[in-house]
Amino acid sequence: MSEYFTWLLDNAGQVTALFWAHTKLAVIPLLIGLVLALPLGWASRRIPRLYTPMVGLTGLLYTIPSLALFVALPGIIGTKILDPVNVVVALTLYTVALLVRTVADGLAAVPEDVQAAATAMGYRRFRRLVAVELPIAVPVIAAGLRVAAVSNVSLVSVAALIGVPQLGQLFTSGFQLFYFVPIVWGVVLCLLLAFLLDAVILLVARWLTPWTRAAQA
Amino acid sequence: MIDLMLAWLTDPANWTGSDGVPVRTLEHVVYSLVTLAVACAIAVPAGLWIGHTGRGTFIVAGIANGLRALPTLGLLVLFVLIIAPLIGNDLAFVIPSLVALVVLGVPPVLSGTYAGIQNVDPAARDAAYGVGMSGRQVLWRVELPCALPLMFSGLRSATLQIIATATIAAYVSLGGLGRYIIDGQATHDFPQMLAGAVLVAVLALLADLLIAGVQRITVSRGLTGRYRRTAADPPSAGPVAGGAGSEGDRVLDPV
Repeated sequence: MSEYFTWLLDNAGQVTALFWAHTKLAVIPLLIGLVLALPLGWASRRIPRLYTPMVGLTGLLYTIPSLALFVALPGIIGTKILDPVNVVVALTLYTVALLVRTVADGLAAVPEDVQAAATAMGYRRFRRLVAVELPIAVPVIAAGLRVAAVSNVSLVSVAALIGVPQLGQLFTSGFQLFYFVPIVWGVVLCLLLAFLLDAVILLVARWLTPWTRAAQA
Repeated sequence: MIDLMLAWLTDPANWTGSDGVPVRTLEHVVYSLVTLAVACAIAVPAGLWIGHTGRGTFIVAGIANGLRALPTLGLLVLFVLIIAPLIGNDLAFVIPSLVALVVLGVPPVLSGTYAGIQNVDPAARDAAYGVGMSGRQVLWRVELPCALPLMFSGLRSATLQIIATATIAAYVSLGGLGRYIIDGQATHDFPQMLAGAVLVAVLALLADLLIAGVQRITVSRGLTGRYRRTAADPPSAGPVAGGAGSEGDRVLDPV
């Protein structure tokens, strides 16, 4: 056991850097994905004809294995093959694919009478969307965001195979040395990061929806 | 880059021999089929039992969620380090990868199966008992057919997860199409890497389409409502969301 902690102390600087890199690679696509998914989800809710193709495209995108997408993207968007940008773009695509449906379903679940009440109070379409419909859809969107965050953390580590530094490097270096310690720490830190992101999303969602707590109390 | 990749793909030299495209594809398919079969042999009976009796659902849901966060690459490498020294012959690197693939294939099938059984309309189940069916008959003739859409969605997730992870497992010396990506990386042969990526993506798409086709044939039309759906209907027109005709309830994870 002490071997594990000695190793961690000896490599604290490097592990911290990898943890941060991993966090950035997982979180940036999540944020960009959310920003892109909101209008797309809203559009596929407003225009029912868009919904089915949108969901179909989602399924299609998910079919592509992450390693293949990391490698194929440079050929499509013209970046360098070992550029971390490929990872960010690939994970953004997965995140958007997951969230578009979540946003559309979340907006669809807003009760009709709430929308009618907002309209009656003088909310125009955009203000109603931002001030009434989106806040009510927060729990559904947050649930989708949690799934995306947790799977992003796992997918980022695959990028170690194409030489992008993050916690996945602990797996490859541990494999090359046939040494357990970095691998176990890599798994533990990935799980920790997934848990932290999950908790942050939960807390922000709670903070954005004070009425759910009022209802419980 | 794309031109070079097409040149690679159309070069006859890359289609023959033990590292040619047909052999690598066959390897990938065999690994995936074998591990998927083992995963189903474990997960389907367990899922049926859990769904039918309602026992242990809490544990299963926890495992399924926990595994989503577990990095597949870390799991693969760990399994190799643990299992490879125990074997010590040519299979030392193949067996751990296959075990990892089975481990990753079980949760989607398991949760699809038990969720499918649990989501069966209680009225249908009661009616089945009411007309005098035994517990076993209810399971086989009512619950299982009704659970098929979710079971298939679990199967599709598991298949994609296994194909994707088998690609990654090329890093720990497994054969298959992932070899092109890993070997191309080692020799900076980017056209070969790209070709590998495209081949894997095509294989995954074909596998998904194939299962979707089987699902369409096997799932009762009474569940999907497909016989009275038209293109103009909204996506939720079928009586059961997630029937064979729609993507409704697919439990998907990026792989």
